[in-house]
Amino acid sequence: MWVRMNKKTHFGEFGGQFVPETLMAALEELESAYLTIKKDKDFTDRLSLYLKDFAGRPTPLYHAENLSRHIGKGKIYLKREDLCHTGSHKINNTIGQVLLAKKMGKERVIAETGAGQHGVATATAAALFGLECVVYMGEEDVRRQELNVIRMRLLGAEVISVTSGSKTLKDAINEAMRDWVTNVKTTFYCIGSVVGPYPYPMIVRDFQTIIGRETKRQIEGKEGRMPDYVIACVGGGSNSIGIFYSFLKTGIKLIGVEAAGYGLSTGKHGAPLAKGKKGVLHGSLSYVLQDAYGQIKPAHSISAGLDYPGVGPEHAYFKDAGLVEYVSVTDKQALKAFHILSEVEGIVPALESSHALAYLEILKPKLKKDSIIIVNLSGRGDKDVYEVVSSES
Amino acid sequence: MSRITRVFKELKKEGRAALIPYMMAGYPDEKTCADIIDGLKNAGADLVEVGIPWSDPLADGATIQKASEQALATGMNTDKAFKMIEEIRKKTDIPVVIMTYYNILQSYGLNRFASRAASAGCDGVITPDLSVEEASGWKHTARKNGIDTIFLAAPTSSDDRLKKIAAASTGFVYCVSLTGVTGAREILPSDLTGFLKRVRKTTDKPLAVGFGISTGGQAATLAKMADGVIIGSAFLNKIAEARTANKQIKAALEYIEGIKAAMSA
Repeated sequence: MWVRMNKKTHFGEFGGQFVPETLMAALEELESAYLTIKKDKDFTDRLSLYLKDFAGRPTPLYHAENLSRHIGKGKIYLKREDLCHTGSHKINNTIGQVLLAKKMGKERVIAETGAGQHGVATATAAALFGLECVVYMGEEDVRRQELNVIRMRLLGAEVISVTSGSKTLKDAINEAMRDWVTNVKTTFYCIGSVVGPYPYPMIVRDFQTIIGRETKRQIEGKEGRMPDYVIACVGGGSNSIGIFYSFLKTGIKLIGVEAAGYGLSTGKHGAPLAKGKKGVLHGSLSYVLQDAYGQIKPAHSISAGLDYPGVGPEHAYFKDAGLVEYVSVTDKQALKAFHILSEVEGIVPALESSHALAYLEILKPKLKKDSIIIVNLSGRGDKDVYEVVSSES
Repeated sequence: MSRITRVFKELKKEGRAALIPYMMAGYPDEKTCADIIDGLKNAGADLVEVGIPWSDPLADGATIQKASEQALATGMNTDKAFKMIEEIRKKTDIPVVIMTYYNILQSYGLNRFASRAASAGCDGVITPDLSVEEASGWKHTARKNGIDTIFLAAPTSSDDRLKKIAAASTGFVYCVSLTGVTGAREILPSDLTGFLKRVRKTTDKPLAVGFGISTGGQAATLAKMADGVIIGSAFLNKIAEARTANKQIKAALEYIEGIKAAMSA
């Protein structure tokens, strides 16, 4: 196949802009606004201020001594993104994007959400900056993440339940795109992960890299050296790219954990990097769960945030370039880790983050006594308690 | 000269615009779908668009979403769609254009898709989510196989983009009438004339207008402004409203006859 790659819009062969023509002008407008604003001191100052005083950054890097003892080897640190305002790392990105929307003169922001964390974070930023907010959420997710639906409504957002397709995150993104195609002149689409057409994967990544920058500084301060491992869960891939970015190409082992659902061999999982093929979904080329004819296969994970058949294109690039190792853990393994962290550390983790925690057991044989491991605790688990209880009853 | 180009040339001589119905392959079922397509030329269609259903049609409104889901549920896939086109080609010389999302091409393999399309007797492919920026591989492959590549021009496209879109398109340029997804609308946007004039400035290639068109009146108006009129959702709605296969075929073809009559009046 003869293909000319555009370096700016692609990560290796991945990424790009596969969207209806109607949106191309909006993507150009977004790119140019973002590249300008990125260097604008007023914008960066305001962003820093809100991240600090509103979202609660920097988040702590916590030495989890009890968990380290429980695993039995190595020194485990948790990057406490669960302590961010609204309960996850998602706020880092939404404050950035909604501020950008405001600067661009948009009146309305729309978002998709799976677990509801990005929806809540977008609704929060929209309330803060005084913009109208509409959140698309799959009917299935509305059911299993009721708490976040209520929160979004309290924050003044309209939540639209999406009944098309598999009724989960991928369909919520389709519906948000359709809204955007229709209302592109007035509306800013606030994407929640490092997915979608260029420039989104870049913008979301840039707003999330604060996680890794803080972590690097913090571990240097505490240990006087860099960690041996950095572990994060991968759905679309925003928290993982956020923490990995500062550690790329340093020799530090970076591990991204996908959702193996009922098991990779069952076909019911959310692990496109492990089991997907190259394909185009939601505007970019990446690894995608699909059948022989390119029909997208529904993903499965106990964690709504990882229940997605695609993954950010930059992760696909990292995988093929060997810069990050991608692994997976099952629903069961994640649930076990969920309970362990709750019981030994007094921290109830999000089911998404529990996937990263679960990998510690698998990594254990490779660990040395003095290995330093950082796990990105991307969110807290309040939203998941009903799902956990019902899955175990 | 491609079959599509030839038909537009002939129509131009006659001073007529092309009527282009969009049919979803496998909708409402394989047999009825094939029967409807068989009747389209007699009913007045000048070209036929055949949609290959995709699981995630993000440029489509409710009608085509539902039709896609139903077609996929009946087992439609890329190979069956090609087979269906092959059967159509045995009976008629009407130009057939596939409309489908890029992942269908990408997953089948661009080369394999283009050469199978050609062997089935398909004349062109419309790719609603393939920007001209990403299209170099597909354009090259399609040209090699004699398949026309049709790109979409939108009211939001800048003049600079319209130039690139027109240059990348062969056969015709698909002009999206409105800022939005597919689906029948009662009223078409007031700035449509201005948009078509902007596209016209960039190219001499035929311009076909689609999205939102549902009535004979709209089609007649557009026939004076463009070289072709594409009708999808409104046409599929007629099929959805009828209950038995015979009624579906009758409703579909009568609807196209009605549009044709309005365009010829």
